Amino acid sequence: MQRRVAGKLREFLPERSVLWQDEDTRPYECDGLTAYRRLPMVVALPETEAQVQQVLMACHAMGVPVVPRGAGTGLSGGALPPGDGVLLSLAKFMRVRRLDPAARLAIIEPGVRNAAISDVAAPFGLYYAPDPSSQIACSIGGNVAENSGGVHCLKYGLTVHNVLRVRGFTAAGEAIEFGSEALDAPGYDLLALAIGSEGLLAVVTEVTVKLLPRPETARVVMASFDKVEKAGDAVAAVIAAGIVPAGLEMMDRPATRAVEEFVHAGYDLEAAAILLCESDGSAAEVEEEVARMKEVLAAAGATRLAVSRDEAERLRFWSGRKAAFPAVGRISPDYYCMDGTIPKKRLAEVLNFIAAMEKKYRLRCPNVFHAGDGNLHPLILFDANDPEQLERTEAFAAEVLEKCIEVGGTITGEHGVGVEKIDQMCVQFSPAELEMFRAIKRAFDPQELLNPGKAVPTLARCVEFGRRHVRAGGLRHPGLPRF
Amino acid sequence: MSFEPIQERIREAAGRGSALRIRGGGSKDFYGNAPRGELLDTRAHAGIVSYEPTELVLSARCGTSLLEIQEVLAEKSQLLPFEPPHFGPGATLGGCVAAGLSGPRRASAGAVRDFVLGAVILDGRGQRLAFGGQVMKNVAGYDVARLLAGSLGTLGVILEVSLKVLPRSPAEATLRLELPQAEALRKLNGWAGRPLPISASAWRGDELRLRLSGAESAIRAAVQAIGGETVAQEEAASYWTGVREQADAFFAGELPLWRLSVPSNAAPVELQGEQLLEWGGALRWLRSSADAGTVRAAAMRAGGHATLFRAPDKAAGAFTPLAPALARLHRGLKKAFDPAGILNPGRLYPEF
Ligand SMILES: Cc1cc2nc3c(=O)[nH]c(=O)nc-3n(C[C@H](O)[C@H](O)[C@H](O)COP(=O)(O)OP(=O)(O)OC[C@H]3O[C@@H](n4cnc5c(N)ncnc54)[C@H](O)[C@@H]3O)c2cc1C
Repeated sequence: MQRRVAGKLREFLPERSVLWQDEDTRPYECDGLTAYRRLPMVVALPETEAQVQQVLMACHAMGVPVVPRGAGTGLSGGALPPGDGVLLSLAKFMRVRRLDPAARLAIIEPGVRNAAISDVAAPFGLYYAPDPSSQIACSIGGNVAENSGGVHCLKYGLTVHNVLRVRGFTAAGEAIEFGSEALDAPGYDLLALAIGSEGLLAVVTEVTVKLLPRPETARVVMASFDKVEKAGDAVAAVIAAGIVPAGLEMMDRPATRAVEEFVHAGYDLEAAAILLCESDGSAAEVEEEVARMKEVLAAAGATRLAVSRDEAERLRFWSGRKAAFPAVGRISPDYYCMDGTIPKKRLAEVLNFIAAMEKKYRLRCPNVFHAGDGNLHPLILFDANDPEQLERTEAFAAEVLEKCIEVGGTITGEHGVGVEKIDQMCVQFSPAELEMFRAIKRAFDPQELLNPGKAVPTLARCVEFGRRHVRAGGLRHPGLPRF
Repeated sequence: MSFEPIQERIREAAGRGSALRIRGGGSKDFYGNAPRGELLDTRAHAGIVSYEPTELVLSARCGTSLLEIQEVLAEKSQLLPFEPPHFGPGATLGGCVAAGLSGPRRASAGAVRDFVLGAVILDGRGQRLAFGGQVMKNVAGYDVARLLAGSLGTLGVILEVSLKVLPRSPAEATLRLELPQAEALRKLNGWAGRPLPISASAWRGDELRLRLSGAESAIRAAVQAIGGETVAQEEAASYWTGVREQADAFFAGELPLWRLSVPSNAAPVELQGEQLLEWGGALRWLRSSADAGTVRAAAMRAGGHATLFRAPDKAAGAFTPLAPALARLHRGLKKAFDPAGILNPGRLYPEF
């Protein structure tokens, strides 16, 4: 089979674009979720859109599954390769095709790194707003597939708010284009449907992104709190005061301690939690807003307030937050990053729950949190070499995700379901809702060849999951409405 | 009222294979292709389910009046950022989302779909399904909630919607400038590339009006940078309402009204008839009796599409026909949501 598929692809791809020997395919065995690994049968590295189409058509004709891959930084196993299929890497699509400063947009290939977009737009005073912490590595194709966010999405939106158009192919190799350089397109909003579809509906080969004028200036207020609850209330107070910060992030003490050692961002290590609250705009506007932010944060009980004095200091304050994952990686052999979203008012309750889980599972769990939009990233520290610890970690994570659903939130805010959270989809959605997702998939890909087995569980899988779960103590609040 | 009566109607109609025409306040009866089928009135399923100003989220049932929602938000100095047109006192939330129409603030703030966080629907089988949720970030499952915006009721009866809302800006000002169209477009696109707090724009007959919304200091600076003459607050407010609600004199009379959605920096679209431009140049209203083929071809050349928005005769089809690959996906989705084809058939495209 492997020889047949590789041979077929070699009919139209050069030798360097088809990998099938273990030592060549090994680098593709996992994405950022390294607990899941599998060697792909064949890796295809096409260089033109026509080649992508040919790969899809050939695989479609042979009934071979295809998994698209960008930079492989995904944290839910979305790009986990198919053992019996082709891993389709878009890594060679690295060009900016058109940068149009007058129209404030860029047309780029899917393999272009997120941060590179803002780099090329910078000379025109423009930038691409969504800024995932992985922005120096992750690709725009992956961002589109995951609807990635960043620390500035409360004010500037997610990928779905900043992409105008995508072009690509369906699983059968049919050319499609969703969206437009205008602000809307006729018919259903297929662009919204494609963004965040985890590579299950189409392979994206070109993306048109919106560029925004870079704000004149930005400053960040760093506030310390002696109780996590107070920091949570302060977030609500900022919003209630009519302020929409450019960024509003929280880190608890275990997280600040882990990063401080690593980046020396100047965090208050005595604080139970710190908030980073950013204001951007004209100098006068920022001054006005920072004054109001300080007032509100002080009234909410901040024990210390610091405002960045210049750009270098602003970046230093952020450096710890942006480096939180690698920093945690230094204090523990492995970490497991969760990604639930909750209504902000339930923050204290969820953090207390996580603290209880730390005791229950005897594992540490620092928290970083996109506080402004309720997106929580608890990081469970463990040692993957100890299978028993990995098991405890997964059980810990599952309980936290289900807690997120229970308080009215969701199992994933920005990292996607992938293979990782597929069982929790059975908790968040009813069988009829899951069946609707599958019907949508079939409208795009009747043979279910594109990234199969990801994002949407089969009913059989949910039944099996339910059985295991009930044995393990039963679902909490199974009758709770999930909306 | 609970949703069961609506569910019952759908099940019964699906059994008989007879079309249902979903309707809230009827304020958008004119929009899209002609409605047909038995009337399914959504207005009894009304009420705000939850509103948390500090979460920036409001959830309400489909029959809730838009006016009521806006009043409740205004009490907390918040608003619907996409500034939806009502087109009549009876406009409901369900109709607003199904039509997917956004108002003057669209270019700067975003469209209806950008603020939809979650939705509960009854599909064409009468199944109650919930997608998305009440949180700002949610990537579990396909983004069906956003897909509903603009689907004109063809995928399901929208029972409940959760929206992201935003605080009102502390200050607002409107400027008037004398500019011919090409010059206005050039300036609008230039300003859009600079961090200026422009929240609406409208050009007609060599006159451009700009609305600025933001912090006091930002407005002061922008007034300085842009120039022109400041319009008195009250006059400005009624002007923007007139544009949003199409009560402005431009929209009066019987000539067909076309909506051209094009890239904001597209050159002036040369067509017979008068034009009013919004959204920094990305939306061009045209009053014209030119034939549909001519208008659609011109919009396509400009990089966009044309909708026959209001017209006594919509034989040419309200919306620009879809490319074959997209049409196939549309039919596939319609079949997934509404296999019997009973929900607002033909309202979006004649073939479904
Ligand atoms: C340290 C670290 C920090 C991170 N921080 C953030 C953060 O702040 N916010 C956030 O949202 N995410 C974050 N992530 C997650 C990850 O970076 C994003 O999900 C990113 O968008 C993945 O992009 P990628 O190019 O690496 O995609 P991959 O991992 O290669 O693929 C991700 C998914 O996209 C699909 N895909 C990729 N390219 C295409 C294409 N061209 N067409 C169709 N489908 C495609 C794949 O099949 C897969 O399902 C972080 C990850 C790491 C490791």
